[in-house]
Amino acid sequence: MVLEFRPQGIYCPAGDFYIDPWRPVARALITHGHADHSRWGMDSYLATEAAAPVMRHRLGDINLDTIRYGETRQIGGAQVSFHPAGHVPGSAQIRVEVGGEVWVASGDYKLVDDGLSEPFDPVPCHAFITESTFGLPVFKWDRQADVIDAINAWWQASRDAGRYAMLGAYALGKAQRILANVDSSIGPILTHGAIENTNAVLRAQGLKLPDTVRVSAEMNVKDYPGALVIATPPAMNGPWARKFGNRSTAFASGWMAMRGVRRRRAADRGFVMSDHADWEGLNTAIKATGAERIFVTHGYTAQFTRWLTDQGYDAAVVETEFEGESLDSAEPEAEPAA
Amino acid sequence: MKHFADLFNALDQTTKTNAKVAALAGYFRAASDTDKLWTIALLSGRRPKRGVTTTLLREWAAERADIPLWLFEECYPVVGDLSETIALVLPPAAGSSARSLTEWIEIVRDLGKHDVPDKKQIVLTAWDSLPPIERFLFNKLITGGLRIGVSQKLMTRALAQATEIEEATLAHRLMGDWTPDKTTFDDLILSENPEADASKPYPFYLAYQLDKLDALGPAADWRAEWKWDGIRGQLVLRRGAHHLWSRGEELITDRFPEFAMLPDFLPDGTVIDGELLAWDHTNDQPQSFNALQPRIGRKTVPKKLLTEAPAVLYAYDLLEHQGRDIRDLGYDARRKLLSESIAGLPASAPIRLSANEPFSSWPELAAKRDTSRDRLAEGVMLKRATSPYLSGRKKGDWWKWKVDPLMIDAVMIYAQAGSGRRANLFTDFTFAVWKGNELVPFTKAYSGLTDAEFRKITAWVRKNTLERYGPVRQVTPEHVFEIAFEGIQKSPRHKSGVALRFPRMSRWRHDKPISDANTLDDLLQMLETYG
Repeated sequence: MVLEFRPQGIYCPAGDFYIDPWRPVARALITHGHADHSRWGMDSYLATEAAAPVMRHRLGDINLDTIRYGETRQIGGAQVSFHPAGHVPGSAQIRVEVGGEVWVASGDYKLVDDGLSEPFDPVPCHAFITESTFGLPVFKWDRQADVIDAINAWWQASRDAGRYAMLGAYALGKAQRILANVDSSIGPILTHGAIENTNAVLRAQGLKLPDTVRVSAEMNVKDYPGALVIATPPAMNGPWARKFGNRSTAFASGWMAMRGVRRRRAADRGFVMSDHADWEGLNTAIKATGAERIFVTHGYTAQFTRWLTDQGYDAAVVETEFEGESLDSAEPEAEPAA
Repeated sequence: MKHFADLFNALDQTTKTNAKVAALAGYFRAASDTDKLWTIALLSGRRPKRGVTTTLLREWAAERADIPLWLFEECYPVVGDLSETIALVLPPAAGSSARSLTEWIEIVRDLGKHDVPDKKQIVLTAWDSLPPIERFLFNKLITGGLRIGVSQKLMTRALAQATEIEEATLAHRLMGDWTPDKTTFDDLILSENPEADASKPYPFYLAYQLDKLDALGPAADWRAEWKWDGIRGQLVLRRGAHHLWSRGEELITDRFPEFAMLPDFLPDGTVIDGELLAWDHTNDQPQSFNALQPRIGRKTVPKKLLTEAPAVLYAYDLLEHQGRDIRDLGYDARRKLLSESIAGLPASAPIRLSANEPFSSWPELAAKRDTSRDRLAEGVMLKRATSPYLSGRKKGDWWKWKVDPLMIDAVMIYAQAGSGRRANLFTDFTFAVWKGNELVPFTKAYSGLTDAEFRKITAWVRKNTLERYGPVRQVTPEHVFEIAFEGIQKSPRHKSGVALRFPRMSRWRHDKPISDANTLDDLLQMLETYG
């Protein structure tokens, strides 16, 4: 096996390294900076140049080596290269070749070009490790342009009604994806501190984001009437959010496709927008790899695996500690390493 | 149907009552009379007869979506709503339609007249001509149960704004067993014709749980009655016939044949509000709620059940006297008329007066309330002596003052996901108590936690599943919950030997290890004391 599934994470015996391990290991190759894939405690890290600044910002002084997309590196008996996954800026699928056999660990991915992340690039392989966060046919994303139009219209209507438009989104990825695409001429944009910290890191590496103002304790929010307020999901219901008084609330997430979830969150609006592939996306991506063996990680694993088996793939469920998309945290939550 | 879909969207996109009322009132001002009538019908739980089975709908949806049926069936519990699951899996519509809500309802209503291939053709064509929200609503019209966070009260308020008719008047006009096929918007809503339907009940007056006794003022201004655990009902006697209504506005006359004798004893134009109870005629006292339970679901009652659990109406109030609506009279005045009305009835008549429990001070009443369980009562009702009979749940003049619930600390051992609003969230749990070293399941509970707590326990369940039995997951025994309940009964059907009434989670005991949970002996002790 080019890659194995061990209690610490996805392991390559030929190169003696792990991909996105959830326990401390000597050598970790990291697909992207979300906390459930990029964790504390590894002796050394390897990630793309674009993913590195966020990882340093979050994990502090770590032993981190970087690699360009498409660059091939020999690690022990394995040839390794990183390819865009389209999930968030800097995210990668990791290609591992040993003795002519190619495996790809895709981490999290989406096929839609979000205008910010390096667009997903299918990598031909023999075996493909795929997520299945939204691996059911009820999940079908609308075109990004339509979702952005809806967000703009909601912001504008909120502004005209004298309300703040408060939108809950992940601090890394979703928040910047929205920032990069909304019509910033509608009004000022305020951001939660956790989001603004990530913005600063991404701006420093050259990503273009509109001007934003960090929400601080001293700030008088009345100075920013009609603002779009981008918040982390947990901040939406707390004291942080209450100081905005009259506001319309919304979440941007793939889970918003389901009315039950939308209603449970008691937000005024739910915009269906995810940084994970939808049903069509997952199927298209898998087909494009040409792989015969498929390993299905986090999400609707059992159902998606059965579907793939029906389609003639040699598919199997793999238990991991990846989280997919959550509505309850600032981003996918990492469990403390045992 | 676009207008109706816009209304649905407006209602679905806000959690604020005022915004909902405004959206509804706007719709009621603009829509056609038939669309209005159907909207009122749908929002008050009425629907066209189902003309096609959900089994067929599932098959057709899977076929149209080009997915195997098993995969559709996997999606359903995740989404938690069949209509929505269908709307989500189908490919985008190719065409469009300008049909009104009423026209779509007529199509749905007439589905039953067609054979299966024609039904399929009609449904597939509809799916292919409707955008996602309208497609979802179309499915809801077929399957029924359109719940959009609008209570009848809220709908009535909006209708009052749009028609400038008083809310209480409208509430009364909307009662009864009308359907849009048998009436018009004019007849039902706009015309003043109290005789339109001889069976029509009045809206029930409902009380809130009392929070502060101090706020009530002098005890002399108040009357107390025992609060019983039965089925709230309204008995309507008009034009020589009797009609029995449940609080859910369901006509249950045929399920309680005991009352057929009443038109012989009570005059026309009598409406009594009371509690349906299974009666122990030997001791002239109520039986437990469990005795009444088998009668609730039955359309016809076998003789044996009639003998074992004969029903009486425990009369609380008189709403109509000699054909006159007397709801505006004070409580004391209505009660005087009530006791006069039923005073002359023979003991065999299935009516008992809910007597006022005398008391001269609040402490005296509090002491009486503490004896509720011994009397098989749930607590006491407090009614202001001068109070009119209002409609709906109102604060101020009526309060229920229930005894505190019984409590037990139990260990969660099974979890199951909810549906609808609670889809994808573990909300249904089974709890156990200790019997030696074994955990014995004794109750399920679904409510009492906050959304945040449900999310937290859901994340925990996902990581701590020991075994799956279909939708049920056995979890690591780790969490203790305080279970509150209203009563306890012996039950040979349950492994623990007991059945609880209204169990719910009152507290998540983070402070307690599972070894501190209660035991089966504790539970049996409670059965001994309160059963």
